[in-house]
Amino acid sequence: MTAHETRPSPAPAGEAAGRPLLLAMEGVGKIFGRDTVALRGMTLEVRQGDFISLLGPSGCGKSTALRLIAELIHPTSGRIRWSDPAAQGSLGVVFQEPTLMPWATVADNVWLPLRLRGRSRADCAAEVGAALELVGLAAFARAYPRELSGGMKMRVSIARALVTRPRLILMDEPFAALDEITRFKLNNDLLVIRQKLGATVIFVTHSVFESVFLSDRIVVMAARPGRVHAELAVPEPYPRAEGFRTSPEYAAYTRAASEALAAAMGGVPHDG
Amino acid sequence: MTAEPAAAAPAPGILDAEEAQRLRARRRAAIGRWLLPAAIFVAVIGLWHWVVAANQIPHYILPGPGLVAETLVKDFGTLAPSWGVTLAITFMALALAVVFGGGLAILFTQSKWIEMSFFPYAVVLQVTPIVAIAPLIFIYVESKLVGLLLCAWIVAFFPVLSNTTLGLNSADHNLRDLMTIYRASRWQRLRYLQLPAALPYFLGGLRIAGGLSLIGAVVAEFVAGSGGIGSGLAFRILEASYRLNIPRLFAALILIIVTGIAIYLALSWLSWLLLHRWHESAVKREA
Repeated sequence: MTAHETRPSPAPAGEAAGRPLLLAMEGVGKIFGRDTVALRGMTLEVRQGDFISLLGPSGCGKSTALRLIAELIHPTSGRIRWSDPAAQGSLGVVFQEPTLMPWATVADNVWLPLRLRGRSRADCAAEVGAALELVGLAAFARAYPRELSGGMKMRVSIARALVTRPRLILMDEPFAALDEITRFKLNNDLLVIRQKLGATVIFVTHSVFESVFLSDRIVVMAARPGRVHAELAVPEPYPRAEGFRTSPEYAAYTRAASEALAAAMGGVPHDG
Repeated sequence: MTAEPAAAAPAPGILDAEEAQRLRARRRAAIGRWLLPAAIFVAVIGLWHWVVAANQIPHYILPGPGLVAETLVKDFGTLAPSWGVTLAITFMALALAVVFGGGLAILFTQSKWIEMSFFPYAVVLQVTPIVAIAPLIFIYVESKLVGLLLCAWIVAFFPVLSNTTLGLNSADHNLRDLMTIYRASRWQRLRYLQLPAALPYFLGGLRIAGGLSLIGAVVAEFVAGSGGIGSGLAFRILEASYRLNIPRLFAALILIIVTGIAIYLALSWLSWLLLHRWHESAVKREA
């Protein structure tokens, strides 16, 4: 398996390599049922402060990779090594659906992760308020999820993932179901939030444009069996604002990512 | 720039014709919801009165509505204690159905093995006609009250059990994953996720169980017969039929119906109270 082939992508060296390692996937494979290979030999080093996009068609194992990191499922082969075992449980997760509890107010939904640690509502009011402030929903603390639009629900979901100040945030196609205007707005806001918190993010998407805009590393994956096809770097400094979307650099990166994706989808498997 | 939205907004007082029609239709529906059943009620009572009066039907075959109402007032002293007995058994049976139906459902979701072992027998209890096993119950159970409660509970608990089980298992899969990721304990998972998710289902089951516990109480009383302490409304009905006191039979029947309706309304109100903030079934849609 040649992971770092294709494109003349500057290796994830330079600035990124200098940051401390958060976790490493070492030849991780997952087999479902008797013989469905969901993921094969995935090797990935996640450094603190990385914004990594897993980009690929459906069935490429990108969601499986996230679920493995979240320990919802366990690898068939290989292993996932955390550099700091204390960081292992420090996760925030955002799913494709907002996944809010309909019976609880916005504030109580955000409170949930802290509540599960045994903290009272009054005790974490400030943290919940700050998380809602961060996603711009401070005024909606008392509202119920059904009263919110799709984009606002997703913001609540993000606030819930942030409220514990996790070391790693996993996002599984969080904006796929939203309209483009809302998605762009949330992309911008997500980068601002990440800048403020300095969080590490692994972001699953099937949108080339989204992956280039958001991330500093793009892992292009191929399907059947799910595997890493190539890794591209997007060495464009943050903060990235709306202007980046129309820049020639952005166009070049998206072309490179699209070509890598096309090769991953169309080409014969590179492993042998 | 600031003036533009004001200019674009329609002047107050102008009502879109379609909207006006929709509002009128809604107002009419709101009135009709009460007026129509009331009109039917009056018509049926009137028809009943006319049939009895025109055909000169003797009161020991079919008493007129006036006589029934009169009997209800006159015999209330006799009927009220019996009504109390039936009410007590109904509500105790409903409480037992909630405790044991709901409790069993929680137990079932805690262990698949327990569910697999016992759920079929809950179904057996449910499909066995209560009138068929009630005589056995009254043979084996010394206390009449316990026997009546047992009968009414057998009829009422299953909707609570099956609905609550369904509800506890219907919690969103991503939310369950979230609970796993945050390392929620079994208790936290139940308390914060499964129980709230099950609430609408439980309340649906409760509404069915409310009516069934009344039916169970009355049927059990019939089977238990006249002898003994349990002199509920069913006993009064039996007694009245033996004595051809048909007006009192009707009066007792009316009390049972009123009780059933009151239970249904009370449980519907409880359901609305608990769900109207968030659940689709109880939320009024705009437009």
